[in-house]
Amino acid sequence: MGNEQPNRLSLIALSLFVGLVLSILPMSLYSASFRPDWTVLVLLYWVLALPERVNIGSAWFVGLLLDILLGSPLGAHALACALIGFFTAVNNKTIRHFSLPQQTLIIGLFLALYHLIVFWVSYFITDLPFSPSYLLPVLIDLPIWMLLFRLLHWYRNHFQIR
Amino acid sequence: MKVLFGGSNTIPYRTRLYLAIIASALLLLFDSFTSVSVQVRSHLNSIASPIFYIANAPRDLALWMSENLATRTRLIEENKRLTKEIMQLSGKLQQLEFLETENTKLRALLGSEVRQSAKKLIAEVMAVDSQRHRHMIIINRGESDGVKEGYAVIDEVGVVGQVMSVGGTTSRVLLFSDASHSIPVRVERNDVRAIVEGTGALNSMNLLYVTHNADVVIGDRLVTSGLGGRFPEGYPVAKVVAVDFDRSATFAKVSLEPIALLDRLRYVLVLTDASLVEKVDGE
Repeated sequence: MGNEQPNRLSLIALSLFVGLVLSILPMSLYSASFRPDWTVLVLLYWVLALPERVNIGSAWFVGLLLDILLGSPLGAHALACALIGFFTAVNNKTIRHFSLPQQTLIIGLFLALYHLIVFWVSYFITDLPFSPSYLLPVLIDLPIWMLLFRLLHWYRNHFQIR
Repeated sequence: MKVLFGGSNTIPYRTRLYLAIIASALLLLFDSFTSVSVQVRSHLNSIASPIFYIANAPRDLALWMSENLATRTRLIEENKRLTKEIMQLSGKLQQLEFLETENTKLRALLGSEVRQSAKKLIAEVMAVDSQRHRHMIIINRGESDGVKEGYAVIDEVGVVGQVMSVGGTTSRVLLFSDASHSIPVRVERNDVRAIVEGTGALNSMNLLYVTHNADVVIGDRLVTSGLGGRFPEGYPVAKVVAVDFDRSATFAKVSLEPIALLDRLRYVLVLTDASLVEKVDGE
């Protein structure tokens, strides 16, 4: 098992990479504002499932990659990811005991916080009026999380990622 | 147990969070308040460009298939239509060339500056930014194609935006609908000057600094004025859709609609020649 660990880690990284690619997949600008936060959802799954391996540091790094890919101020997504990564890691045991619908609501709350942090940081740098529509992706994220949770659960069990 | 990226398991989550917050704050300060960050970003964009090519692959494949599996009759039809279009366009172009030389002569006679037409570089849109308040696209042209920061980007009908940062083979274009973007314009009909400001919504912009007695009516077309030096003169930007002369406000509230189809961009043109205006001495 010991010598297989790097392989397991690369499987986690692979799923995050797929999330990143999905986050920048070409879409029309209208539909792009409804785009689910693929990377963050995948990230939260791993923080929830394996908090000892994927937590604040990795969340911060993934957020930084998002900043680079999305062209946002460097550190905005990193900060948001690190914060919700922290909340998920700290409350990890509690959240894991919830049923899937309850868990989905909590995740939705975290994602709303994530979008707010990204907005706040952008607001500090360029003055922007707030519009509730910035939180629209969260609504899409909820059903996606239910599916993604099952999919990644299967992925984790199938490849025995621990 | 090992952690995915650095750090050992002994550091408590709280400390990690503090470290992450400090790192983010430093990065944000560095990114917003230093000029080195422009170069850093350009390098980062170059490093990230393979990911954009990967993300683009499915769409490219679909396009390739639809192009290659097109029926013969459809191709013949399209060919006919395009030939017709070329005929019409080159007809117009003949006249345009004549008008351009005439215009240059007249401008020289008046002793005013001669306009130079910009070189145009065709680019394909590779990605669209997903954040609601940030309207950006990634195009498949970069430093190696001679793209530089600040170049204007148009499509076949009107202004799209400007190049914001350049990577090796890709660059990022800020659309003029972005809330942080403004373009100096004038009304095509009567040369009233104003500024188009993005609102963060794709299909509406505001026209700033229009006085109550200004002659701006619904349906007016706004073209770039060339003031400010970023955008060359005369490219269509937006159309007036609503005018509200509310006397209690300092300026009139004018709502616009973009002329370019910003939500359906596929190919765009980068105007690569920055020295658009050249002085003529004497005459």
